[in-house]
Amino acid sequence: MCGIAGIIYRNGNGAHRLGSDMTRMLQSMKHRGPDSTGYALYRRPSNELIMRIKLADGEANGDIEYADRLRHRRHEVEARLRAAGARVDSIERINDYTIAATLDYDGELKHVADYVESVPGAEVLSAGSALEIIKDLGDAHTVGGSYKLDGYVGTHGIGHVRMATESDVDISNAHPYWAYPFSDVAVVHNGQLTNYHQWRRRLERMGHRFASDCDSEIIAVYLAQKMAEGDTLEQAMRNSLEDLDGVFTYICVSEDALGMAKDELAAKPLVLYEGDDMVVLASEEMAIRAVIDREIETYDPYESEVMVWTR
Amino acid sequence: MDTVTPPPARFDPRGLVELDERVPGTAEIDGDRASFDARELTTRQINLELRRLVYELGIREVTVRNPGAKHSLGVGILARCKVTFEGSLGYFACGLIDGPEVHITGRVGWSACENMMSGVCVIEGNAGSLTAAALRGGDVVVKGRVGARTGIDQKGGTVIALGDAGSMTGFMMQRGRQIILGNAGHGLGDSMYDGTLYVGGKVASLGIDCVPGEWTDADTEFVTRKFGIYGLGEPPELQKFVCGKKLYNYDSLEPSERKMVL
Repeated sequence: MCGIAGIIYRNGNGAHRLGSDMTRMLQSMKHRGPDSTGYALYRRPSNELIMRIKLADGEANGDIEYADRLRHRRHEVEARLRAAGARVDSIERINDYTIAATLDYDGELKHVADYVESVPGAEVLSAGSALEIIKDLGDAHTVGGSYKLDGYVGTHGIGHVRMATESDVDISNAHPYWAYPFSDVAVVHNGQLTNYHQWRRRLERMGHRFASDCDSEIIAVYLAQKMAEGDTLEQAMRNSLEDLDGVFTYICVSEDALGMAKDELAAKPLVLYEGDDMVVLASEEMAIRAVIDREIETYDPYESEVMVWTR
Repeated sequence: MDTVTPPPARFDPRGLVELDERVPGTAEIDGDRASFDARELTTRQINLELRRLVYELGIREVTVRNPGAKHSLGVGILARCKVTFEGSLGYFACGLIDGPEVHITGRVGWSACENMMSGVCVIEGNAGSLTAAALRGGDVVVKGRVGARTGIDQKGGTVIALGDAGSMTGFMMQRGRQIILGNAGHGLGDSMYDGTLYVGGKVASLGIDCVPGEWTDADTEFVTRKFGIYGLGEPPELQKFVCGKKLYNYDSLEPSERKMVL
């Protein structure tokens, strides 16, 4: 089933309580997906590159060498960031297995991301001047609480509660997906893609890397490929309606825009509120009500619709 | 030896079912009318309170304030009464009802009035997909637009939408009527068996075996009557669509039936 949500504030000065709004929306849709919860949040763009890196898939599970291994990976990741030509301004330890690196780097993003992922077990969750992806097991209160997202201030964001149908329940298979190696683009998806293997093989031959076995990751990588070919985000989304088979409603975000796309069967729900101050969309109206406490007018987009809003 | 039987375990690892069965009893009752605030109540409590008022106290006019787009509200009410929801409802609103006259001042999500048997449901806002799925009787009036597959598997009754309708409207409908004043999406009346679709706007495409029908006086009478009941004024010019009856032959008998005839 899965639940997806997105919010973009139209007066994009960035001083909005994005973290707590997203948590409220996602928590109200817990019944749609209790397995894992993920956020892709945008702060005001900076000149630096923010990279969130996962060193292991969750807690130790009785592995006595876990702490040593993580320490080793952390050192290794730092070393390879420098070796790739990035100046490491700061490294924040979010929890035992997640770090956020702030980098001074103006080379090709794929170069430095590949360097980091060459450390066994390390995965770049997100990279960009504004984007941060936070995902873990549990409901929104658990993830939002343990990653301290309540005070997160930002311009726009998307989120996902997952009911796993196509692949494992772990952090790699949780949404959102970053459009590796495209800076500041992320996707959440509700549905199933039936031509996943065809597209995965095709994109792998083009040199793309996949961090999970989840069919939804295709959308992020697909958009990255189309944008690398010169499409805008909106064009890439429109093309995806033709190229992707199955049932899907997905929300994707870039540094300054938020968009949704719905398949031609309109088989997965999405409710939309377009106000003067913000645009909020979610799988269920209940989630929109969780952040807007007044009577509002909402509607469902129709089949094959692509819509994009900018902040 | 005495044995103590533990009470049956009541837990729900999915967090989906509300086990709280306490009737809140918070309604303000004024003679034959009652109203209550649903803001702090769970889905189950709201429905229990509705049932208490309608069945136990025999109240004929209930207003529910602040429904907050919760799912499955007002389902399965099998009595003649008036229910007003001041606000929007979520999915599966007012399904399986038989008799009530429901008024929703906001919008509804997917599958509103599913399997409704009789009565009236007027929705002031928009409606999601699968509105009036498997409708068997009564009228569903949506003043906004409706989503995809409106009246899928419809077996009776009438759906009126003042706005646009999504794709596959009237998919597999078997009886009943729909009046869509706006545009209709792709695949209108796909695989319909019977029934009538009236469309005021443009039709993106007709579904398989859905064909334009011949307008008769009975159609004029029906549409005018329905518009009159709901105060919608003079009906605009409508196109009529029916089943082409090419997908299967109504006259043919099953092989076993044919044997019996012979």
